[in-house]
Amino acid sequence: MINERYYPLLATLAVCALLYGYGIYEHRAFSDTYVLGNLLTDNAFLIVTAIGMTFVILSGGIDLSVGSMIAFVGVLMAELVGGFGLHPLAAVVIAMIVGTGFGGFMGYLINKFDIQPFIITLAGMFFLRGMCFVINLDSVPISHSFVSDFGSFRIPLPGRGWLSASALVMLAAVIVGIVIAHYTRFGRNVYAIGGDRQSAELLGIPVGRTTVQVYALSGLFSSLAGVVFAFYTASAYPLAAVGVELDAIAAVVIGGTLLTGGMGFVIGTFFGGIIMGVIQTLISFDGSLNSWWTKIMIGALLFGFIVLQRLITRSFSGLRAGAG
Amino acid sequence: MAAMTQSTSAILSVRGVGKVFPGVKALQNVDFDLVPGEIHALLGENGAGKSTLIKVITGVHPRDAGRVIFNGTDIHPQHPGEAQNMGISTVYQEVNLVPTLSVAENLMLERQNLKWGFINWKPTIAAARDALATLGLDIDVERPLGSYSVAIQQLVAIARAVALDARVLILDEPTASLDAEEIKSLFQIMRDLRGRGMGIIFVTHFLDQVYAVTDRITVLRNGQRVGTFVTADLARIDLIGHMLGRELAEVSSHRHHDERGFTGKGNQIQIKNLGRKRMLHPVSLELSGGEIVGLAGLLGSGRTELAELIFGAQKADSGLVFINGEPVMLRSPQHAIRSGFALCPEDRKQDGIVAELSVRENIILALQGRRGWLRPIPGAEQQKIADDMIRALGIATPDREKPVGQLSGGNQQKVILARWLVAKPLFLILDEPTRGIDVGAHADIIKLIKELCDEGLALLVASSELEEIVAFADRVVVMRDREKVSELVGAEITQSRIIEAIAR
Ligand SMILES: Nc1ncnc2c1ncn2[C@@H]1O[C@H](COP(=O)(O)OP(=O)(O)OP(=O)(O)O)[C@@H](O)[C@H]1O
Ligand SMILES: [Mg+2]
Repeated sequence: MINERYYPLLATLAVCALLYGYGIYEHRAFSDTYVLGNLLTDNAFLIVTAIGMTFVILSGGIDLSVGSMIAFVGVLMAELVGGFGLHPLAAVVIAMIVGTGFGGFMGYLINKFDIQPFIITLAGMFFLRGMCFVINLDSVPISHSFVSDFGSFRIPLPGRGWLSASALVMLAAVIVGIVIAHYTRFGRNVYAIGGDRQSAELLGIPVGRTTVQVYALSGLFSSLAGVVFAFYTASAYPLAAVGVELDAIAAVVIGGTLLTGGMGFVIGTFFGGIIMGVIQTLISFDGSLNSWWTKIMIGALLFGFIVLQRLITRSFSGLRAGAG
Repeated sequence: MAAMTQSTSAILSVRGVGKVFPGVKALQNVDFDLVPGEIHALLGENGAGKSTLIKVITGVHPRDAGRVIFNGTDIHPQHPGEAQNMGISTVYQEVNLVPTLSVAENLMLERQNLKWGFINWKPTIAAARDALATLGLDIDVERPLGSYSVAIQQLVAIARAVALDARVLILDEPTASLDAEEIKSLFQIMRDLRGRGMGIIFVTHFLDQVYAVTDRITVLRNGQRVGTFVTADLARIDLIGHMLGRELAEVSSHRHHDERGFTGKGNQIQIKNLGRKRMLHPVSLELSGGEIVGLAGLLGSGRTELAELIFGAQKADSGLVFINGEPVMLRSPQHAIRSGFALCPEDRKQDGIVAELSVRENIILALQGRRGWLRPIPGAEQQKIADDMIRALGIATPDREKPVGQLSGGNQQKVILARWLVAKPLFLILDEPTRGIDVGAHADIIKLIKELCDEGLALLVASSELEEIVAFADRVVVMRDREKVSELVGAEITQSRIIEAIAR
């Protein structure tokens, strides 16, 4: 029998396959690797953000600051490259250190003062968005040969498609995320804390330290997403990525991670993000449908997955009785 | 021999420890010594402070006064992980594992086999299997822990603590949901570890177990140490006296089984061929108001399953239940409650207690549910009901408004019991009602249950304590391998007859 922990992941894979299959059935062009390459590129920053979010949600928390972080990182890098004349790579390092530090600081506050993560990261969201405007009021280009090289880098795929640098960074981030989640003690402790915080504490898990690390990790991934986003658009805009935190949460849930924490997979989040991209592509291929249909479809999927999760958590107690 | 040893050789010493919770002096000036190679019982009534002492030693709660000396040095662990790393391994009172993680992961958290800093799963899972094998447990360690019974979860918790290879092992009521065989193998392991020089602290309410396995006994009462004694030199009656601070009024134990005829009196409840595939072979059973039926059998024999099927917590695929000849629909617990049924479940942490609500709110929950939420019980009446129950069951709490989560384990159990007793159902099912309840309160509870039956309640009690069943049941149904194998009435109800039926 398949372990019941894999049910949500299987559901995610099934939905992804169905939607993609439907696309191929309806539109011949959908089977071209061109569509796949674009999916991976266009959703790269969302998926990278969502990986960090996966850890936060697995630990039983939430991080609302990630959208603002993406914008902030862009504006900061534009300033570092344009204003201070730093090499973009140096700016990337600085931006990611700042992002990780800020995430860790939020984690510290959440843990130290035992405040709802929702509140602290909401404050972080406003704070970072405000900081964008302190640095810069307008959209500015990030012009540097490295940035344009990043934008034009491509590995051809069979067919007409290609893998962009953004897509490669995202795929690498997925692999790193999987390794952290499944092959490090930190990762397993995150699952334990999300499953039952009090028990985790009594089992000797450093709950406080792990909480700080989880939000630092989310800061790291969201600032990496900010880098990808800035390079991908070759510009920075203080109002960029508004609402991406909610898209990231949606990707995590559609990816089969339990919203209450403790169960889920990074690879599920990857497919969750892809599903959202496929829906968007399908609707733009169709042409006759309003783009808001994307939101409606995603909303419907979210409902479906939350109900599924409920059924699975409930089946736990049923199984227990059977085993008693 | 162990008692001769002076405190200088102690591996763990507690000196003058005090701990105050709002409204409660949980510990006052407590001294305690554990020497290597002894099993030391820590005993006392519900709320005496046993679990608090353990939590203060291991850094779950900060202490307000006193010293804890481990291996010759003062220690101040800030959280349980620190104590664990120093070599103090603990199984806390409630099963404290993570239900969503696999069994193997629960066993190996923070101790996974690493290779270049990354977890190497194969040896990790193999080590988990070995840890369980020492307790004679052979289960699929990759299934989520939450899908196993409380007993198995408790064994996993014990296996984890034992595998830590510590200097001191602390077990807070580890045997509460284990059967006789499992307890035997646990004791064997405890003796082995003692032989290797480990010091073991063992909390239990079963006095037989105290005399079977411990070397010394420390008794707490109301947060203070009454004394430390050598087990072999302390008579059972004196031990009870030390724990209660008074003589235990002998429970008028045996009901005069054949004196009463129940037929025709009160409500008649008939269960006909109730069963579910792979869970329970169809069972038939009749009860009438005022009668107590005991449900005996080993863990996994189908006791809990029968209770859940009657209550509608699991759906039956065959059979019917009748009240006074009328069939009742038992699709869900709500239906069952409306028909006047009640179930007090086995696993209080998962299914029973609402930790954030006060004692009063927890007690009136089921009664309110029966009346419907549109007809709230007046405040004054709620308070009276709660106060009556606190007195009748001796629930140790400073006041009725304290959150239940802050009561001691045994007192939480009493609150759940109170909830169902005040709801005055016509048919009450109790699954292991006295688990974790001390000797004094045990007698009070049995008395209260008998009073309710005299008022016409029909009662089904599942219990692994045969003594308890024999003491109050009018009839005993014996389960084995998910099947009803025998029914004993009147003078047939003796421990040996029940054991015979279980074992046959
Ligand atoms: N977290 C807490 N907050 C407030 N009061 C508490 C807390 N934990 C325990 N207490 C109180 O401290 C007292 C001692 O409780 P403790 O759990 O140590 O009892 P115990 O001896 O382990 O009893 P039992 O046999 O029922 O497990 C009780 O009166 C309890 O209400
Ligand atoms: Mg206790």
